[in-house]
Amino acid sequence: MAIVYQRSKGLTEIEQHFCPGCTHGVIHKLVAEVLEELDIIGSTVGVASVGCSAFAYNYFSCDMQQAAHGRAPAVATGIKRVHPDLAVFTYQGDGDLAAIGTAEIVHAAMRGEKITAIFVNNAIYGMTGGQMAPTTLLGQKATTAPQGRNKEQHGSPIRMAEMLATLDGCAYSERVMVTDPASIARAKRAIKKAFTLQLAGAGFTMVELLSTCPTNWGLSPIEAVGWLKENLVPYYPLGVYADRSEQKEEATR
Amino acid sequence: MAKELWKGNEAVAEAAIRAGCRYFFGYPITPQNEIPEYFSRHMPEHGGVFLQAESEVAAINMTYGAAGSGARVMTSSSSPGISLKQEGISYIAGAELPVVIVNMMRGGPGLGSIAPGQADYFQATRGGGNGDYRTVTLAPATIQEMTDLTQEAFDIADLYRIPVLILADGMIGQMMEAVEWKKPRARKLPAKDWATDGTKGKREHNIVNSLFIDPKDCSAHNIRLQQKHDKITQNEIRYEEYLTDDAEVLFVAYGTTARICQSAALKLREAGVKAGVFRPISLWPYPEKELYACANRGSVKTVVCAEMSMGQMIDDVKIALNGTKPIRFFGTGGGTFPTPAELMNVARAALEEV
Ligand SMILES: Cc1ncc(C[n+]2csc(CCOP(=O)(O)OP(=O)(O)O)c2C)c(N)n1
Ligand code: SF4
Ligand SMILES: [Mg+2]
Repeated sequence: MAIVYQRSKGLTEIEQHFCPGCTHGVIHKLVAEVLEELDIIGSTVGVASVGCSAFAYNYFSCDMQQAAHGRAPAVATGIKRVHPDLAVFTYQGDGDLAAIGTAEIVHAAMRGEKITAIFVNNAIYGMTGGQMAPTTLLGQKATTAPQGRNKEQHGSPIRMAEMLATLDGCAYSERVMVTDPASIARAKRAIKKAFTLQLAGAGFTMVELLSTCPTNWGLSPIEAVGWLKENLVPYYPLGVYADRSEQKEEATR
Repeated sequence: MAKELWKGNEAVAEAAIRAGCRYFFGYPITPQNEIPEYFSRHMPEHGGVFLQAESEVAAINMTYGAAGSGARVMTSSSSPGISLKQEGISYIAGAELPVVIVNMMRGGPGLGSIAPGQADYFQATRGGGNGDYRTVTLAPATIQEMTDLTQEAFDIADLYRIPVLILADGMIGQMMEAVEWKKPRARKLPAKDWATDGTKGKREHNIVNSLFIDPKDCSAHNIRLQQKHDKITQNEIRYEEYLTDDAEVLFVAYGTTARICQSAALKLREAGVKAGVFRPISLWPYPEKELYACANRGSVKTVVCAEMSMGQMIDDVKIALNGTKPIRFFGTGGGTFPTPAELMNVARAALEEV
């Protein structure tokens, strides 16, 4: 019988712990499939961060390091500088990348560090139980913003894909979502492009993936997908914000 | 081999390159700026990488990544920057990575002063980061010793998979002294088969990690770390005795302060007072039994602990001597030195009291 679909070789057999309806699992699958399709599982090192995806080191079948909260881009830099021929990626949540680790991600992008950041934006601190993130929308309730995020007190949410795109070192920055087959296919193409550009030496690459957290949003999985499309997408528009694919040629000119 | 004149900061960097270190991540801070500057000039000649990080936090985490990938790697800083590295050092200890860190101590707390100090002893030997871990801490008193210890530091780090700290001060970093580049004693080091250098499809994936979510696993991990610490305590104690054979007053001091104590001891002897110096070189593991034996061999009547701090190593001196000898403390704060004359007075007063 012909096999039409199977678990990606980029994933281990270990059962994942994500809540029902959480799209972290979909994103894991997409990264794993890209590693497999590019035939780089054996020549990739991933960096897990601190958040609901902390156990990514158990789930990806490539070599993995676990980094302190927010420090994954620095750890990835150390790995890439030692092994420039390997593909190196970080897998970070929005608290990790856009709050505690802002300096590390900005400077990795500024240096044009040849790594790929897989940035999972669920507009909340999932792991610690639903506290406000820098990406939490105005008016969105969180355990540390019980009345909803308020502009006067907390400022407006941060748009990382746009912000990092302003840096010359950022070769690729795209925001995608993973809510339906079409958007999932689009997200996979973005991840593949990011890894391909990394391997071509173009510079820093990031894919921001809008992701659901039904548990801390207090919604069912289906409602969560609807809420994401209605609320996150308008504030965090999907699209390509930086594509400096030609950067490598320019640099050598 | 011929002796050459070297500045401390540049010598420690050159020693690292000679020890096979090819990766350095750092951030500028006085009084250790010549370390990153030296690497920036010379790493490329050796095919290595020097990278100026955006902060000490980033530098120590780059060091983590590089060490986890199997490289010999160093980072350096001075007191306030070493404080920022503590999170990373705890993770390095937890993930059992071989890393060498240099601290050219200055005055503290806070921004303190840029002059030499010894007030980071607690941070170095007690662990400034979270959790039950130890950092091997080596305290050179001369530039020659610092270069010799640098090779040792890398070997100890590789052998035990542990962070090793070279704890010197701005004095040792900034002054110039004669250095003879010695051939290091060759240690047999284990292969880094745990490193993340790509599975190449030939093995299971390697994981560099300090997270053990199951308390049973975390407990077992800590017990294993403790067994490693015990082994290091057995094998890696270093110290030096100076004029201790018949000493009646024994100075206990490390690094720069130990050198000043040696001058004081010599002058005291010229004046007919039998003084000696016990100099711990490894601050962790501390030469506890060795200090006890030295102080209780017969002639020693009293002990003077001197530090460029308000009293930190004295805790270890007290633990080691366990009430067997009277101990006096003499300390200077925030970037000032004790003078030989001050130390002589303290020694005389201590002797008069017994
Ligand atoms: C230094 C430090 N501070 C705080 C924490 C606690 N902590 C763990 S996960 C987390 C938030 C993670 O949120 P995010 O990055 O958005 O990931 P998510 O769980 O939403 O995927 C925090 C604050 C920690 N582990 N380390
Ligand atoms: S808490 Fe949220 S982000 Fe974390 S696994 Fe559950 S749904 Fe996913
Ligand atoms: Mg989050």
